Amino acid sequence: MNDQANPSSAERAAKLQGMGSSRKRVEDARFTQGKGNYVDDIKLPGMLFGDFARSSHAHARIVSINKEAALAVPGVIAILTAEDLKPLNLHYMPTLAGDVQAVLADEKVLFQNQEVAFVVAEDRYAAADAVELVEIEYEALPVVVDPFTAMDADAPVLREDIADKMEGAHGTRNHHNHIFYWQAGDKEGTDKAMAEAEVVVEELISYPRVHPSPLETCGCVASMDKVNGKLTIWGTFQAPHAVRTVASLITTIPEHNIRIISPDIGGGFGNKVGVYPGYICAAVASIVTGVPVKWVEDKIENLTSTAFARDYHMTGKIAATNEGKITGLACHVLADHGAFDACADPTQFPAGFFSICTGSYDIPVAHCGVDGVYTNKAPGGVAYRCSFRVTEAAYMLERMIDVLALKLGMDPAELRLKNFITKDQFPYTSALGWEYDSGDYHTAMEQAMKTVDYEKLRKEQAANRAAFTAGETRSLMGIGVAFFTEIVGAGPVKNCDILGLGMFDSCEIRIHPTGSAIARLGTISQGQGHATTFAQILATEIGLPAEDITVEEGDTDTAPYGLGTYGSRSTPVAGAATAMAGRKIRAKAQMIAAYLLEVHDDDVEWDVDRFQVKGNPEKFKTMKELAFAAYNQAIPGLEPGLEAVSYYDPPNMTYPYGAYICVVDVDVDTGVVDTRRFYALDDCGTRINPMIIEGQVHGGLTEALAIAMGQEIAYDEMGNVKGGSLMDYYIPTAVETPEWETDFTVTPSPHHPIGAKGVGESPNVGGVPAFSNAVNNAFAHFGLTHTQMPHDHWRVWKTAEKLGLTG
Amino acid sequence: MSKIKVEMTINGDKIEGSVEPRTLLIHFLREDLNLTGPHIGCDTSHCGACTIDLNGKSIKSCTVFAVQANGAEITTIESIAGADGTLHALQESFREHHGLQCGFCTPGMITRAHRLLQDNPNPTDSEIRYGISGNLCRCTGYQNIVKAIRVAAEQLNPAQEAAE
Repeated sequence: MNDQANPSSAERAAKLQGMGSSRKRVEDARFTQGKGNYVDDIKLPGMLFGDFARSSHAHARIVSINKEAALAVPGVIAILTAEDLKPLNLHYMPTLAGDVQAVLADEKVLFQNQEVAFVVAEDRYAAADAVELVEIEYEALPVVVDPFTAMDADAPVLREDIADKMEGAHGTRNHHNHIFYWQAGDKEGTDKAMAEAEVVVEELISYPRVHPSPLETCGCVASMDKVNGKLTIWGTFQAPHAVRTVASLITTIPEHNIRIISPDIGGGFGNKVGVYPGYICAAVASIVTGVPVKWVEDKIENLTSTAFARDYHMTGKIAATNEGKITGLACHVLADHGAFDACADPTQFPAGFFSICTGSYDIPVAHCGVDGVYTNKAPGGVAYRCSFRVTEAAYMLERMIDVLALKLGMDPAELRLKNFITKDQFPYTSALGWEYDSGDYHTAMEQAMKTVDYEKLRKEQAANRAAFTAGETRSLMGIGVAFFTEIVGAGPVKNCDILGLGMFDSCEIRIHPTGSAIARLGTISQGQGHATTFAQILATEIGLPAEDITVEEGDTDTAPYGLGTYGSRSTPVAGAATAMAGRKIRAKAQMIAAYLLEVHDDDVEWDVDRFQVKGNPEKFKTMKELAFAAYNQAIPGLEPGLEAVSYYDPPNMTYPYGAYICVVDVDVDTGVVDTRRFYALDDCGTRINPMIIEGQVHGGLTEALAIAMGQEIAYDEMGNVKGGSLMDYYIPTAVETPEWETDFTVTPSPHHPIGAKGVGESPNVGGVPAFSNAVNNAFAHFGLTHTQMPHDHWRVWKTAEKLGLTG
Repeated sequence: MSKIKVEMTINGDKIEGSVEPRTLLIHFLREDLNLTGPHIGCDTSHCGACTIDLNGKSIKSCTVFAVQANGAEITTIESIAGADGTLHALQESFREHHGLQCGFCTPGMITRAHRLLQDNPNPTDSEIRYGISGNLCRCTGYQNIVKAIRVAAEQLNPAQEAAE
């Protein structure tokens, strides 16, 4: 037999570059040559530029707006205010959380840098000139900055538009600045567990307000074609179809006359999920002027007005036995949502999936409750590289486990191993009602500890502590352990929707006669490499080389409806749709093959890239041959063509997990924290492209470093944003970023067609507690239980000072 | 506002233009010349997405007025690849070692690395890290960028020695 003419199954599989291959990315040729097409690269004939005049106050009544001087600037076409939008009923827009948000400030402003007037001009310089000349007179009002005082009896009324509406989108509001109370679990049982416990620990764990800050800011180009009545919006949209539906609902333009296109997106990390006033204003301006209007925010606008994340103040409480067996968990959260509730969560989950807060542990009883409040800060509450509020939950729990370990005098890793859900308990239903699909936590944790030689690290730490006490060093060694379980892939339509849109996703495949293909999905890549990885899934499923499969996303006129890319949902949901659509293609191809091979459908079997006659593999038809046959053979009972579409409604979420260990050295005299080592073991189920997975982990860990060590969108007592630019907002450079060590185990999801769970957000979920635990651990022997993030030099130095360690 | 004539050599081509005195070089490149490879990421000269090569130095083109570049020699990402479309070793290496994800920082990053390797053909990892510290990336965590630059340097170096 000629081996070259008849390559083995393995050789043929390798050529496909399907799942498991570290296939190089198809996106890179254009990006490395500066040929990407991002929204600010779009240039249309006659295009105008929009720019906002923004509020200088955090809370103030607008006494008057004088546009005269601004309108006199050469090149200025129009200036929109709330008064102009009111007749169109567009001065408010619905938020993803069932609230409304002012598109342009209506009578008063509620946060600094709120959008007040939209200037439209012939170029961006004229627009910027005019913004400075829009005269807005304010009457200052008392400001609410601290969420802990938002519900004081005498707290000022922030939202006058809903002051008398005590029934909110998520139940009864019990104060004019209250948004909702949401709870899960067994309160009575948990209280009982606390009362009867041998040991109880309690701590306020705050996760400060941060911002996803992708390198590219948010923006759009809106173009109304008055001849055919079609509105096209190119924009930085992580969920283009949802944007189309929302745009149709609020503008009353029929949905088929709206086309949303997400071009290349320069990073999203949750920032680009929401609908922002700039999009509405650009669309209105284009409808009014009849020419395209571009709006692209600058970095300061990005950091101060579109989509903050976190701002969760979590009081955690754990009950345990003296031997370290956890008997109960309670958590109350005060959630600062800013001036409008614009959180990006599935409708039924106003606090996202915070109830994943029992984490990786077999905790018999638990309760969590979340109070959302309004303050004079920017709206948002997006999932910054995480599934809805999972980062917050994991941070609270993983810090609390360390607090408990300290109380018990146990090693934090040992305490975790003692309480893990065991392999044979899966599928496991948590005390708060989630059904975990699969896991083997002990193996992952033990592999992590072995790889870093955990025992040796602890011995080294003991020596370091002795040397510090003896005055031989001014540096303290900290070891941070974190073990997280994520809940991603939202989600089952039965309980997951956004604005009533079920959170399924989709893939449509067309096989061309010559055996190449195009696949279109309802998701949109922002750097994840979908064009590469989804082709790999298909290559394995349908046996055509990945390089012959084009993946296209982001154009609502061509892509099937889907809910977009965020919450690590692309692989769990759209990846499943892709596999299922591929299987439909294969099912039809099987019938074609059987016809051509003159056997019964059941007498052919699939082998990598072909159907062969069972027991006679010499007789086969490759997928490429079958593709051609689909278009040129009249096959009885079969329609011509080879296409399929799948809308995948996931039966469950997926639950990726990981074991992270971080070693830091803290200089007590400067507060500088040096990351000596960071080891990350991730289990994301089936691995589609190991190279891309590693890249995702590197990036997510770097964002975790940023959050743990420096990021904060802080406000002063007047509601002024302190540090809303990259002058102050911390983005690590290559110098501060350590080398990452990555590792993995593979525990496929049993309910996912290819067993994949999603990985993009895991490193942020696990990375932040690992860093924070390491810093806290450095001081643990001095009695420190918890110190708040971010662990920047000043805060760490203050911690050392409070403990009497500074010189 | 009155306009001023400027001339410069960009990617080997003589370019003439007329700009307001306040026009930033990045806007002149992107909007007047359609060179959209260099990007705008921040307003404070921190992110480096707009990095170009001006008279043999890496500069952030959002911090320079177009008139200041009058008479200058400029290289942008658009001319890093060969005239025949062959990718530069850096571009190949970024692809090979997954040194990019969303691609937004990539043009500035490669343009910076291109200059770095001319100034220091054999950089250590820490020299690479310091050398690109004016260019922010939110996706990759830098590790694969450092690797891509190191491998490209190794590939370019023997070629340079042979040429000498």
